[in-house]
Amino acid sequence: MVGMATAENFVLAIGTKKGLWLATSQDRREWSFTGPHFLMAEIPSVGIDTRGGRTRIMVGVRSEHWGPTVAHSDDLGATWSEPEQGAIRFPENTGAAVERVWQIYPDAESRPGVVWAGAEPISVWKSTDGGEHFELNRGLWDHPHRSDWGAGYGGAAAHSIVVDPAGDTVHVAMSTGGVYRSLDGGTSWEPRNKGISAYFMPDPNPEFGQCVHKIAADSAVEGRLYAQNHHGVYRTDDNADTWTSIADGLPADLGFVMLTHPRREGTAWVVPLKADGERIPPDGELAVHRTDDAGSSWKRLSNGLPGKEYNSVLRDAASVDTAEPAGVYFGTRGGSVYASADEGETFSEVIAHLPDVLCVRAAVVAGA
Amino acid sequence: MPDITVVLPSVLQPLAGGQSVLTAPADGPVTVGQLLDSVTAGFAVLARRLRDETGALRRFVNVYVDGDEVRRLQGLDTEVSPGQEVLVIQSVAGG
Repeated sequence: MVGMATAENFVLAIGTKKGLWLATSQDRREWSFTGPHFLMAEIPSVGIDTRGGRTRIMVGVRSEHWGPTVAHSDDLGATWSEPEQGAIRFPENTGAAVERVWQIYPDAESRPGVVWAGAEPISVWKSTDGGEHFELNRGLWDHPHRSDWGAGYGGAAAHSIVVDPAGDTVHVAMSTGGVYRSLDGGTSWEPRNKGISAYFMPDPNPEFGQCVHKIAADSAVEGRLYAQNHHGVYRTDDNADTWTSIADGLPADLGFVMLTHPRREGTAWVVPLKADGERIPPDGELAVHRTDDAGSSWKRLSNGLPGKEYNSVLRDAASVDTAEPAGVYFGTRGGSVYASADEGETFSEVIAHLPDVLCVRAAVVAGA
Repeated sequence: MPDITVVLPSVLQPLAGGQSVLTAPADGPVTVGQLLDSVTAGFAVLARRLRDETGALRRFVNVYVDGDEVRRLQGLDTEVSPGQEVLVIQSVAGG
Protein backbone atom coordinates (compact mmCIF):
# COMPACT_ATOMS: atom_id res chain seq x y z
CA MET A 1 0.00 0.00 0.00
CA VAL A 2 1.34 3.41 -0.90
CA GLY A 3 0.11 6.72 0.32
CA MET A 4 0.67 9.61 2.63
CA ALA A 5 2.11 8.50 5.93
CA THR A 6 -0.47 10.46 7.87
CA ALA A 7 -3.29 8.32 6.46
CA GLU A 8 -1.64 5.07 7.44
CA ASN A 9 -0.76 3.04 10.44
CA PHE A 10 2.48 1.19 10.76
CA VAL A 11 3.13 -2.14 12.37
CA LEU A 12 6.54 -3.21 13.58
CA ALA A 13 7.29 -6.76 14.67
CA ILE A 14 10.48 -7.57 16.55
CA GLY A 15 11.43 -11.18 17.11
CA THR A 16 14.08 -11.79 19.74
CA LYS A 17 15.85 -14.60 21.49
CA LYS A 18 13.24 -14.49 24.25
CA GLY A 19 9.99 -13.39 22.73
CA LEU A 20 8.19 -11.13 20.30
CA TRP A 21 7.42 -7.45 20.64
CA LEU A 22 4.87 -5.67 18.46
CA ALA A 23 4.46 -1.96 17.94
CA THR A 24 2.13 0.37 16.10
CA SER A 25 2.63 3.94 15.06
CA GLN A 26 0.93 6.61 13.02
CA ASP A 27 4.06 8.56 12.20
CA ARG A 28 6.91 6.04 12.48
CA ARG A 29 8.37 8.12 15.31
CA GLU A 30 6.18 7.41 18.30
CA TRP A 31 5.54 3.70 18.80
CA SER A 32 3.21 1.86 21.15
CA PHE A 33 4.55 -1.53 22.14
CA THR A 34 3.02 -4.76 23.31
CA GLY A 35 4.98 -7.73 24.51
CA PRO A 36 6.70 -9.88 25.17
CA HIS A 37 4.50 -12.33 23.32
CA PHE A 38 5.75 -15.93 23.58
CA LEU A 39 8.03 -15.03 26.47
CA MET A 40 11.10 -17.26 26.60
CA ALA A 41 10.57 -18.62 23.11
CA GLU A 42 12.96 -17.70 20.37
CA ILE A 43 11.31 -15.87 17.44
CA PRO A 44 13.58 -16.38 14.43
CA SER A 45 11.04 -15.33 11.80
CA VAL A 46 8.08 -13.02 11.37
CA GLY A 47 5.90 -12.29 8.37
CA ILE A 48 3.30 -9.55 8.14
CA ASP A 49 0.68 -10.26 5.51
CA THR A 50 -1.42 -7.23 4.61
CA ARG A 51 -3.06 -8.66 1.51
CA GLY A 52 -6.79 -8.50 1.12
CA GLY A 53 -7.25 -5.79 3.74
CA ARG A 54 -6.37 -8.12 6.61
CA THR A 55 -3.28 -7.80 8.76
CA ARG A 56 -2.03 -11.24 9.69
CA ILE A 57 1.16 -11.61 11.70
CA MET A 58 2.81 -15.00 11.36
CA VAL A 59 5.64 -15.98 13.65
CA GLY A 60 8.11 -18.78 13.73
CA VAL A 61 8.24 -19.71 17.41
CA ARG A 62 10.87 -21.99 18.85
CA SER A 63 11.12 -23.13 22.42
CA GLU A 64 14.31 -24.83 23.50
CA HIS A 65 12.14 -27.25 25.40
CA TRP A 66 8.98 -27.61 23.38
CA GLY A 67 10.22 -27.25 19.84
CA PRO A 68 9.25 -25.10 16.86
CA THR A 69 5.88 -24.05 15.54
CA VAL A 70 4.23 -21.32 13.48
CA ALA A 71 1.49 -19.23 15.05
CA HIS A 72 -0.56 -16.43 13.58
CA SER A 73 -2.61 -13.51 14.81
CA ASP A 74 -5.22 -11.46 12.96
CA ASP A 75 -5.65 -8.94 15.79
CA LEU A 76 -2.15 -7.54 16.19
CA GLY A 77 -1.18 -10.06 18.80
CA ALA A 78 -4.20 -9.89 21.09
CA THR A 79 -4.78 -13.58 20.36
CA TRP A 80 -2.69 -16.24 18.64
CA SER A 81 -3.69 -19.39 16.82
CA GLU A 82 -1.79 -22.55 16.09
CA PRO A 83 -3.25 -25.45 14.11
CA GLU A 84 -3.76 -28.54 16.23
CA GLN A 85 -1.50 -30.67 14.09
CA GLY A 86 1.04 -27.92 13.58
CA ALA A 87 1.49 -25.50 10.71
CA ILE A 88 4.72 -26.98 9.48
CA ARG A 89 5.92 -30.55 9.84
CA PHE A 90 7.93 -32.87 7.68
CA PRO A 91 6.15 -35.76 5.98
CA GLU A 92 6.77 -39.03 7.76
CA ASN A 93 8.72 -40.51 4.86
CA THR A 94 11.43 -37.86 5.13
CA GLY A 95 12.50 -38.94 8.60
CA ALA A 96 13.19 -35.28 9.33
CA ALA A 97 11.91 -32.85 11.92
CA VAL A 98 11.68 -29.08 11.72
CA GLU A 99 14.28 -27.48 13.93
CA ARG A 100 13.60 -23.79 13.30
CA VAL A 101 11.56 -21.68 10.87
CA TRP A 102 13.93 -19.07 9.50
CA GLN A 103 11.73 -17.26 7.03
CA ILE A 104 8.05 -16.46 6.50
CA TYR A 105 7.40 -14.73 3.20
CA PRO A 106 3.93 -13.70 2.02
CA ASP A 107 3.69 -14.00 -1.77
CA ALA A 108 2.41 -11.32 -4.14
CA GLU A 109 -1.04 -9.70 -4.13
CA SER A 110 -1.81 -11.73 -7.22
CA ARG A 111 -1.46 -14.97 -5.25
CA PRO A 112 -3.62 -14.41 -2.19
CA GLY A 113 -3.20 -16.96 0.55
CA VAL A 114 0.21 -18.09 -0.65
CA VAL A 115 2.93 -17.83 1.97
CA TRP A 116 6.40 -19.33 1.69
CA ALA A 117 8.60 -20.48 4.52
CA GLY A 118 12.26 -21.40 4.79
CA ALA A 119 13.38 -23.75 7.51
CA GLU A 120 16.15 -25.69 9.15
CA PRO A 121 17.06 -28.32 8.08
CA ILE A 122 17.39 -26.75 4.63
CA SER A 123 13.89 -26.78 3.25
CA VAL A 124 11.35 -24.58 1.53
CA TRP A 125 7.65 -24.72 2.26
CA LYS A 126 4.53 -23.26 0.72
CA SER A 127 1.17 -22.50 2.25
CA THR A 128 -1.94 -21.74 0.24
CA ASP A 129 -4.13 -20.97 3.25
CA GLY A 130 -2.49 -17.85 4.55
CA GLY A 131 0.24 -19.53 6.55
CA GLU A 132 -1.87 -21.94 8.57
CA HIS A 133 -0.52 -25.09 6.93
CA PHE A 134 2.67 -25.45 4.94
CA GLU A 135 3.64 -28.16 2.47
CA LEU A 136 7.22 -29.24 1.93
CA ASN A 137 8.74 -28.35 -1.45
CA ARG A 138 9.90 -31.77 -2.59
CA GLY A 139 11.89 -30.46 -5.55
CA LEU A 140 14.41 -28.82 -3.26
CA TRP A 141 14.17 -31.43 -0.52
CA ASP A 142 15.02 -34.21 -2.96
CA HIS A 143 17.71 -32.21 -4.76
CA PRO A 144 20.82 -34.30 -5.50
CA HIS A 145 23.05 -31.59 -4.02
CA ARG A 146 21.48 -31.93 -0.59
CA SER A 147 24.16 -34.17 0.86
CA ASP A 148 26.80 -31.60 -0.07
CA TRP A 149 25.10 -28.60 1.52
CA GLY A 150 26.67 -27.50 4.76
CA ALA A 151 25.66 -25.80 7.93
CA GLY A 152 26.61 -22.28 8.82
CA TYR A 153 27.25 -21.31 12.41
CA GLY A 154 23.56 -20.72 13.02
CA GLY A 155 22.46 -23.98 11.43
CA ALA A 156 21.67 -25.26 7.94
CA ALA A 157 18.65 -23.43 6.64
CA ALA A 158 16.90 -21.88 3.69
CA HIS A 159 16.79 -18.29 4.89
CA SER A 160 15.83 -16.21 1.86
CA ILE A 161 12.95 -16.71 -0.52
CA VAL A 162 12.33 -14.29 -3.36
CA VAL A 163 9.34 -14.87 -5.59
CA ASP A 164 8.73 -13.08 -8.88
CA PRO A 165 5.36 -11.39 -8.34
CA ALA A 166 4.44 -11.73 -11.99
CA GLY A 167 5.89 -15.10 -12.94
CA ASP A 168 7.02 -18.52 -11.83
CA THR A 169 10.60 -17.70 -10.88
CA VAL A 170 11.62 -18.38 -7.29
CA HIS A 171 15.07 -17.76 -5.83
CA VAL A 172 16.11 -19.39 -2.59
CA ALA A 173 19.28 -18.71 -0.63
CA MET A 174 20.63 -21.16 1.88
CA SER A 175 23.49 -21.35 4.32
CA THR A 176 25.52 -22.96 3.17
CA GLY A 177 24.64 -23.93 -0.34
CA GLY A 178 24.27 -20.64 -2.14
CA VAL A 179 21.51 -19.41 -4.38
CA TYR A 180 19.16 -21.81 -6.14
CA ARG A 181 16.64 -20.82 -8.78
CA SER A 182 13.42 -22.36 -9.95
CA LEU A 183 11.78 -21.23 -13.18
CA ASP A 184 8.71 -23.39 -12.70
CA GLY A 185 7.28 -22.17 -9.44
CA GLY A 186 9.39 -24.45 -7.29
CA THR A 187 9.16 -27.79 -9.07
CA SER A 188 12.82 -27.95 -10.10
CA TRP A 189 15.88 -26.09 -8.84
CA GLU A 190 19.35 -25.24 -10.14
CA PRO A 191 22.26 -23.53 -8.39
CA ARG A 192 22.93 -20.00 -9.60
CA ASN A 193 26.15 -18.72 -8.06
CA LYS A 194 28.41 -17.89 -11.00
CA GLY A 195 30.62 -14.98 -10.04
CA ILE A 196 30.16 -15.40 -6.29
CA SER A 197 33.30 -16.40 -4.45
CA ALA A 198 33.49 -19.11 -1.82
CA TYR A 199 36.96 -18.20 -0.58
CA PHE A 200 36.65 -20.68 2.28
CA MET A 201 36.47 -23.69 -0.05
CA PRO A 202 39.29 -25.47 -1.91
CA ASP A 203 37.73 -24.34 -5.20
CA PRO A 204 36.82 -20.71 -4.55
CA ASN A 205 34.40 -20.65 -7.47
CA PRO A 206 32.22 -23.74 -7.05
CA GLU A 207 28.87 -24.30 -8.68
CA PHE A 208 27.28 -24.21 -5.24
CA GLY A 209 28.33 -24.09 -1.60
CA GLN A 210 28.63 -20.32 -1.31
CA CYS A 211 27.77 -18.83 2.05
CA VAL A 212 25.10 -16.39 1.02
CA HIS A 213 23.67 -14.42 3.92
CA LYS A 214 20.72 -12.68 2.29
CA ILE A 215 19.27 -11.96 -1.14
CA ALA A 216 16.66 -9.42 -2.19
CA ALA A 217 15.10 -8.48 -5.51
CA ASP A 218 15.07 -5.07 -7.12
CA SER A 219 11.36 -4.40 -7.26
CA ALA A 220 11.60 -2.23 -10.37
CA VAL A 221 14.01 -4.15 -12.60
CA GLU A 222 13.11 -7.63 -13.73
CA GLY A 223 15.90 -10.13 -13.27
CA ARG A 224 17.92 -7.94 -10.90
CA LEU A 225 18.76 -9.18 -7.44
CA TYR A 226 21.28 -8.26 -4.78
CA ALA A 227 23.18 -10.58 -2.46
CA GLN A 228 25.05 -10.04 0.78
CA ASN A 229 27.45 -12.91 1.18
CA HIS A 230 29.92 -14.06 3.76
CA HIS A 231 32.46 -11.58 2.39
CA GLY A 232 31.08 -10.19 -0.82
CA VAL A 233 28.24 -7.99 -1.98
CA TYR A 234 26.85 -8.79 -5.40
CA ARG A 235 24.27 -7.90 -8.02
CA THR A 236 22.79 -9.87 -10.86
CA ASP A 237 20.95 -8.38 -13.81
CA ASP A 238 20.19 -11.67 -15.55
CA ASN A 239 18.04 -13.46 -13.05
CA ALA A 240 21.07 -14.87 -11.18
CA ASP A 241 22.79 -16.44 -14.17
CA THR A 242 25.82 -14.29 -13.34
CA TRP A 243 26.73 -12.12 -10.36
CA THR A 244 29.13 -9.17 -10.19
CA SER A 245 30.65 -7.52 -7.15
CA ILE A 246 29.21 -4.23 -5.97
CA ALA A 247 31.27 -4.08 -2.79
CA ASP A 248 33.45 -1.16 -3.92
CA GLY A 249 32.63 1.86 -1.85
CA LEU A 250 31.61 -0.11 1.22
CA PRO A 251 33.86 -0.11 4.30
CA ALA A 252 33.55 -3.89 4.51
CA ASP A 253 32.05 -6.62 2.38
CA LEU A 254 30.85 -8.81 5.25
CA GLY A 255 27.38 -8.43 6.65
CA PHE A 256 24.07 -10.19 6.92
CA VAL A 257 21.45 -7.69 5.79
CA MET A 258 20.23 -6.98 2.26
CA LEU A 259 17.17 -4.79 1.80
CA THR A 260 15.70 -3.32 -1.37
CA HIS A 261 13.34 -0.44 -1.99
CA PRO A 262 9.69 -1.40 -2.39
CA ARG A 263 9.40 0.54 -5.67
CA ARG A 264 12.50 2.43 -6.72
CA GLU A 265 15.06 0.97 -9.09
CA GLY A 266 18.60 0.53 -7.90
CA THR A 267 18.07 1.26 -4.20
CA ALA A 268 19.31 -1.18 -1.58
CA TRP A 269 20.61 -1.10 1.98
CA VAL A 270 23.29 -3.13 3.76
CA VAL A 271 24.80 -3.03 7.25
CA PRO A 272 28.51 -3.83 6.92
CA LEU A 273 30.48 -5.67 9.57
CA LYS A 274 34.22 -5.31 9.66
CA ALA A 275 35.43 -8.81 8.98
CA ASP A 276 34.94 -12.49 9.39
CA GLY A 277 37.09 -12.54 12.48
CA GLU A 278 35.89 -9.21 13.79
CA ARG A 279 32.13 -9.18 13.52
CA ILE A 280 31.44 -5.67 14.67
CA PRO A 281 30.57 -2.53 12.73
CA PRO A 282 33.75 -1.06 11.18
CA ASP A 283 35.61 0.83 13.93
CA GLY A 284 32.74 -0.05 16.23
CA GLU A 285 30.57 2.59 14.59
CA LEU A 286 27.22 1.34 13.44
CA ALA A 287 26.08 2.57 10.04
CA VAL A 288 23.71 1.59 7.30
CA HIS A 289 24.86 2.00 3.72
CA ARG A 290 22.50 2.72 0.87
CA THR A 291 23.00 2.62 -2.84
CA ASP A 292 20.71 4.47 -5.22
CA ASP A 293 22.49 3.32 -8.37
CA ALA A 294 22.40 -0.46 -8.05
CA GLY A 295 25.70 -0.68 -6.23
CA SER A 296 27.90 1.68 -8.23
CA SER A 297 28.19 3.88 -5.18
CA TRP A 298 27.19 3.76 -1.52
CA LYS A 299 26.19 6.40 0.98
CA ARG A 300 26.96 5.98 4.67
CA LEU A 301 23.93 6.64 6.88
CA SER A 302 24.41 7.03 10.62
CA ASN A 303 22.38 10.04 11.73
CA GLY A 304 20.66 9.06 14.93
CA LEU A 305 22.67 5.89 15.45
CA PRO A 306 24.89 5.49 18.51
CA GLY A 307 28.50 6.52 18.26
CA LYS A 308 29.79 3.16 19.37
CA GLU A 309 28.03 -0.12 18.91
CA TYR A 310 29.74 -3.47 19.08
CA ASN A 311 26.77 -5.66 18.33
CA SER A 312 26.04 -7.08 14.93
CA VAL A 313 22.82 -7.02 12.94
CA LEU A 314 21.51 -10.41 11.86
CA ARG A 315 20.19 -11.28 8.40
CA ASP A 316 16.51 -10.91 9.13
CA ALA A 317 16.81 -8.24 11.77
CA ALA A 318 16.10 -5.54 9.18
CA SER A 319 13.15 -4.53 7.08
CA VAL A 320 11.66 -1.84 4.90
CA ASP A 321 8.06 -0.73 4.79
CA THR A 322 6.15 0.27 1.67
CA ALA A 323 5.33 3.88 2.55
CA GLU A 324 6.60 6.92 0.69
CA PRO A 325 9.30 7.64 1.63
CA ALA A 326 10.16 4.08 2.59
CA GLY A 327 10.87 3.30 6.22
CA VAL A 328 13.99 1.37 7.19
CA TYR A 329 14.18 -0.63 10.40
CA PHE A 330 16.79 -2.81 12.04
CA GLY A 331 17.69 -4.33 15.38
CA THR A 332 20.95 -5.38 16.98
CA ARG A 333 22.06 -8.33 19.00
CA GLY A 334 22.29 -5.83 21.84
CA GLY A 335 18.52 -5.43 21.80
CA SER A 336 18.18 -1.99 20.27
CA VAL A 337 15.85 -1.32 17.36
CA TYR A 338 16.22 1.70 15.12
CA ALA A 339 13.71 3.14 12.68
CA SER A 340 14.00 5.63 9.89
CA ALA A 341 11.02 7.27 8.22
CA ASP A 342 13.18 8.76 5.47
CA GLU A 343 14.95 5.82 3.83
CA GLY A 344 17.81 5.84 6.29
CA GLU A 345 18.76 9.52 6.27
CA THR A 346 17.91 9.75 9.98
CA PHE A 347 17.30 7.01 12.51
CA SER A 348 15.85 7.00 15.98
CA GLU A 349 16.02 4.26 18.60
CA VAL A 350 12.48 3.01 19.10
CA ILE A 351 13.23 0.47 21.82
CA ALA A 352 16.31 -0.73 23.67
CA HIS A 353 17.48 -3.45 26.04
CA LEU A 354 15.52 -6.24 24.42
CA PRO A 355 17.04 -9.70 24.11
CA ASP A 356 19.07 -10.31 20.93
CA VAL A 357 17.01 -9.15 17.98
CA LEU A 358 16.64 -11.99 15.49
CA CYS A 359 14.09 -10.58 13.07
CA VAL A 360 12.34 -7.33 12.30
CA ARG A 361 9.43 -6.74 9.94
CA ALA A 362 7.48 -3.58 9.27
CA ALA A 363 4.32 -2.99 7.29
CA VAL A 364 1.86 -0.32 6.39
CA VAL A 365 -1.71 -1.11 7.35
CA ALA A 366 -4.94 0.71 6.71
CA GLY A 367 -5.49 3.70 8.99
CA ALA A 368 -7.97 3.51 11.80
CA MET B 1 -6.35 -52.92 36.97
CA PRO B 2 -4.86 -49.57 38.05
CA ASP B 3 -4.15 -46.89 35.50
CA ILE B 4 -0.77 -45.58 34.48
CA THR B 5 -0.45 -41.91 35.32
CA VAL B 6 1.53 -39.20 33.58
CA VAL B 7 2.32 -36.07 35.60
CA LEU B 8 2.77 -32.89 33.58
CA PRO B 9 4.76 -29.78 34.47
CA SER B 10 2.59 -26.75 35.11
CA VAL B 11 3.68 -25.05 31.92
CA LEU B 12 2.12 -27.82 29.84
CA GLN B 13 -1.10 -28.20 31.78
CA PRO B 14 -3.05 -25.63 29.71
CA LEU B 15 -2.43 -27.87 26.69
CA ALA B 16 -4.07 -30.77 28.55
CA GLY B 17 -7.28 -28.97 29.41
CA GLY B 18 -5.80 -27.75 32.68
CA GLN B 19 -5.06 -31.25 33.97
CA SER B 20 -1.88 -31.91 35.89
CA VAL B 21 -2.21 -35.67 35.66
CA LEU B 22 -3.26 -37.72 32.66
CA THR B 23 -4.17 -41.34 33.01
CA ALA B 24 -4.16 -44.26 30.64
CA PRO B 25 -5.89 -47.56 31.33
CA ALA B 26 -3.60 -50.50 30.77
CA ASP B 27 -4.10 -54.26 30.93
CA GLY B 28 -0.41 -54.80 31.22
CA PRO B 29 2.94 -53.17 30.56
CA VAL B 30 3.12 -50.60 27.74
CA THR B 31 6.04 -48.66 26.37
CA VAL B 32 6.54 -45.01 27.22
CA GLY B 33 5.96 -44.24 23.56
CA GLN B 34 2.61 -46.03 23.60
CA LEU B 35 1.73 -44.34 26.87
CA LEU B 36 2.44 -40.88 25.43
CA ASP B 37 0.40 -41.75 22.33
CA SER B 38 -2.48 -42.72 24.58
CA VAL B 39 -2.53 -39.79 26.96
CA THR B 40 -1.96 -37.15 24.27
CA ALA B 41 -4.49 -38.60 21.84
CA GLY B 42 -6.91 -35.77 22.52
CA PHE B 43 -4.24 -33.13 22.94
CA ALA B 44 -2.41 -32.75 19.63
CA VAL B 45 -0.52 -29.61 20.58
CA LEU B 46 0.69 -31.22 23.80
CA ALA B 47 1.88 -34.20 21.77
CA ARG B 48 3.93 -31.91 19.52
CA ARG B 49 5.51 -30.16 22.49
CA LEU B 50 6.82 -33.45 23.81
CA ARG B 51 7.90 -35.16 20.60
CA ASP B 52 8.86 -34.00 17.12
CA GLU B 53 7.21 -35.27 13.94
CA THR B 54 9.53 -38.27 13.78
CA GLY B 55 8.23 -39.35 17.17
CA ALA B 56 11.48 -38.57 18.96
CA LEU B 57 11.37 -37.06 22.40
CA ARG B 58 12.44 -33.43 22.21
CA ARG B 59 15.98 -32.88 23.40
CA PHE B 60 15.16 -31.00 26.59
CA VAL B 61 12.07 -32.93 27.55
CA ASN B 62 12.82 -35.51 30.21
CA VAL B 63 10.54 -38.42 31.05
CA TYR B 64 11.09 -40.27 34.31
CA VAL B 65 9.91 -43.75 35.21
CA ASP B 66 10.41 -44.61 38.87
CA GLY B 67 13.02 -41.90 39.15
CA ASP B 68 15.02 -42.90 36.11
CA GLU B 69 15.14 -40.77 32.99
CA VAL B 70 14.08 -42.95 30.09
CA ARG B 71 17.13 -42.06 27.99
CA ARG B 72 19.11 -44.03 30.58
CA LEU B 73 16.73 -46.94 30.15
CA GLN B 74 15.32 -48.02 26.81
CA GLY B 75 14.13 -44.61 25.70
CA LEU B 76 10.58 -44.55 24.42
CA ASP B 77 10.66 -48.34 24.37
CA THR B 78 10.99 -48.40 28.16
CA GLU B 79 8.13 -50.42 29.62
CA VAL B 80 5.77 -49.05 32.26
CA SER B 81 3.36 -51.18 34.23
CA PRO B 82 -0.14 -50.43 35.54
CA GLY B 83 0.08 -48.49 38.79
CA GLN B 84 3.33 -46.79 37.87
CA GLU B 85 3.72 -43.05 37.61
CA VAL B 86 5.57 -41.27 34.80
CA LEU B 87 6.87 -37.76 35.26
CA VAL B 88 7.40 -35.28 32.42
CA ILE B 89 9.85 -32.57 33.41
CA GLN B 90 11.60 -29.98 31.28
CA SER B 91 15.34 -30.03 31.77
CA VAL B 92 17.12 -27.04 33.17
CA ALA B 93 18.63 -25.64 30.01
CA GLY B 94 19.04 -22.34 28.30
CA GLY B 95 20.31 -18.93 29.25
